[in-house]
Amino acid sequence: MTTTRRTLLLAGAALVLRPAVAMPEEMQAAVRAFVGDARPWPDARITLDIAPLVENGNVVPLTVEVDSPMTGNDRVTAIALFNERNPQTEVAVFHFGPRAGRARVDTRIRLATSQRLVAVARFADSRVAQAAAEVIVTLAACVES
Amino acid sequence: MSTRTLIHLPKSARRGDVVEIRVTLAHPMETGYRNDAEGRRLPRNIVRRFECRYDDGLVFAADLFPAIAANPYLAFSCVATETGTLSFSWRGDHGFAHTESVTLEVT
Repeated sequence: MTTTRRTLLLAGAALVLRPAVAMPEEMQAAVRAFVGDARPWPDARITLDIAPLVENGNVVPLTVEVDSPMTGNDRVTAIALFNERNPQTEVAVFHFGPRAGRARVDTRIRLATSQRLVAVARFADSRVAQAAAEVIVTLAACVES
Repeated sequence: MSTRTLIHLPKSARRGDVVEIRVTLAHPMETGYRNDAEGRRLPRNIVRRFECRYDDGLVFAADLFPAIAANPYLAFSCVATETGTLSFSWRGDHGFAHTESVTLEVT
């Protein structure tokens, strides 16, 4: 493929979009409290499954799963969930014992508004990895009343 | 007030099987960020910790925050190793504590 104007434009768009991945400061602090000095990199083995368009922010089903054999260094010991724009950044921290078998959790959460969710997984060798999902909420979880 | 829970898991499993466990607890999970009709802040009342143990070995635990919906629901899994007791415990604000046990038969 030759370098056309279109591919150049796409490359440019990708460069411009990158800073949008940056997290707000509060979320960064909460993630740091969970991972310490380690730096979580995006990892395709983590799936954060949530409907992209949510009608009722009071009850939002969510599944987080890490494709892991759950043995040795690849065993997932914990997964933490964070949000950008609820009053509190933490959503939940899940801990997996040696008998958990699978690194997968289903739960239901509240979302105050449209925002991004981040899942951070910690492995037995203290490696960390993350995945994110964008959610649009039409009826917010009632914060005021 | 009695505490209501729903715990779903198979009665029996083969050794080495990964068993799915689903638990729900009836609880308001009041966030502490809402006001009542008179504008007074409703005090926070949430479940902060859930633990599942299998013959005292920790299988799964969760630290919960106000962003967890009312009647907290969790589904997770566990490797069936031998016939034993699975215990489920919830702890929360204002001294909330509740424990349930279920026997899992492993063949």
